[in-house]
Amino acid sequence: MTGNVIVIGGGTAGVEAAGQLARSGIGVTVIEKESTIGGHVRNWHHLFPDRRSSSEVIDYLRKQLKHDNITLVTGELISGFDKKGGSFRLKSSSGKEFHGDAVLIASGFDLFRSERKEEYGYGIYDNVITSADLESMFRDKSILLRNGREPEKIGFVHCVGSRDEKSGNLYCSKLCCITAVKQAIGLKELIPGSKVFCFYMDMRMGGALYEEMYREAQEKYGISFIRGKVSEVSENIEGKLVTKVEDTLAGRPLRIEMDLLVLMAGMEMSKDGEAIDISGKLNRGVNRFFAPADYHFGSNISNIKGVFYAGACTAPMNITETISHARGAVSDVLNYLTNKH
Amino acid sequence: MNRFGYSLSKARVIDYDANNHAVAEYIAEKEPSFRLCIACGGCAATCTTGNFTEFSLREINILIHRGENRKPGSDIRKCMLCGKCILVCPRGVNTRNVVITAREAFKKFGINAL
Repeated sequence: MTGNVIVIGGGTAGVEAAGQLARSGIGVTVIEKESTIGGHVRNWHHLFPDRRSSSEVIDYLRKQLKHDNITLVTGELISGFDKKGGSFRLKSSSGKEFHGDAVLIASGFDLFRSERKEEYGYGIYDNVITSADLESMFRDKSILLRNGREPEKIGFVHCVGSRDEKSGNLYCSKLCCITAVKQAIGLKELIPGSKVFCFYMDMRMGGALYEEMYREAQEKYGISFIRGKVSEVSENIEGKLVTKVEDTLAGRPLRIEMDLLVLMAGMEMSKDGEAIDISGKLNRGVNRFFAPADYHFGSNISNIKGVFYAGACTAPMNITETISHARGAVSDVLNYLTNKH
Repeated sequence: MNRFGYSLSKARVIDYDANNHAVAEYIAEKEPSFRLCIACGGCAATCTTGNFTEFSLREINILIHRGENRKPGSDIRKCMLCGKCILVCPRGVNTRNVVITAREAFKKFGINAL
């Protein structure tokens, strides 16, 4: 089989698909906006549910990319494409052009910018951080407050920018609940004397080994789970974060002071993903992600023949799902190229 | 007739079939966002009234949905209609209008404990 496929995005989805396509004899050009591949995984320290180091995923992706059929182009951001006859022309923001027989969009997601939930005080109070900030602290193996002291009471706020009409995101980001559980355990290991709380609306433990990890967080690490949406956070004179929540199961409002508050930022359609389709030809869902042709049978297929999707540009996904989704995309791309010629 | 001092205690169960659902239906018809509540308690956490008195919009909402109208019928008076709960609600429930409509409904169906 012959053909050339342009893969937009060098994260987990894009690289996995590129590797599989290359081994099927297809020429692949992977276009990555950053200087290196890996996407969001590069910013994570370890991964649920087995707490594998994220560097193992990066190593795996690098191996996938090692193939003569693959050309990696970094530092180029795609902003628009058109189709003429059976081939595609893609333009990058620096003015370069790329040509291919098929396009696989693997543009991923953006993390919700937590400062948009102003009532939680990110960017206002020193010790309100995001889940991504905490990962980089884990990497440094040092969890410290802004004043240099170790936190004793730490809270996780679930659903920041997810399931929230006020943020314009009605959907569940799916990964934040288990990430909070994983990070809560990580914190207890680094600071065994600390008290850790998770404020949740619903614990959505739908993945393999998620529920087991939730149990472990309760049983082995003594993490407290309080069911209620945090309404607001303020800083008192001692620099503690006064957190207001309704303890919905106790049926009363609850107030608790925290040293450190971690906001579990959700996933959104990426701005750079939107830019690929500057003229708005591709269908989008109410969640603003790219809408596949069919949620059951065509989750990798777009409304334009020859344009395919892989990974979190279509919906929030974990790494396992992203890899499976990318493999599915490869099958659809190969079908398309076979029947085209 | 002998009176032994015993009586039947009312069961604690929510007798869903026997309960009056007219209030819930009335509110849902006039303010459809009433149906969207997921009982997260954001409204109750921010509520000034709830911080000082026994008042929880989350509880009121769930009880009305079950047809348990007695407590909400009395509690609903306490709301000052400040609307902070609207700012918090992740489901976009028009909470203030729910309260106003609930008051109407309690009056209409003669449940108001006022």
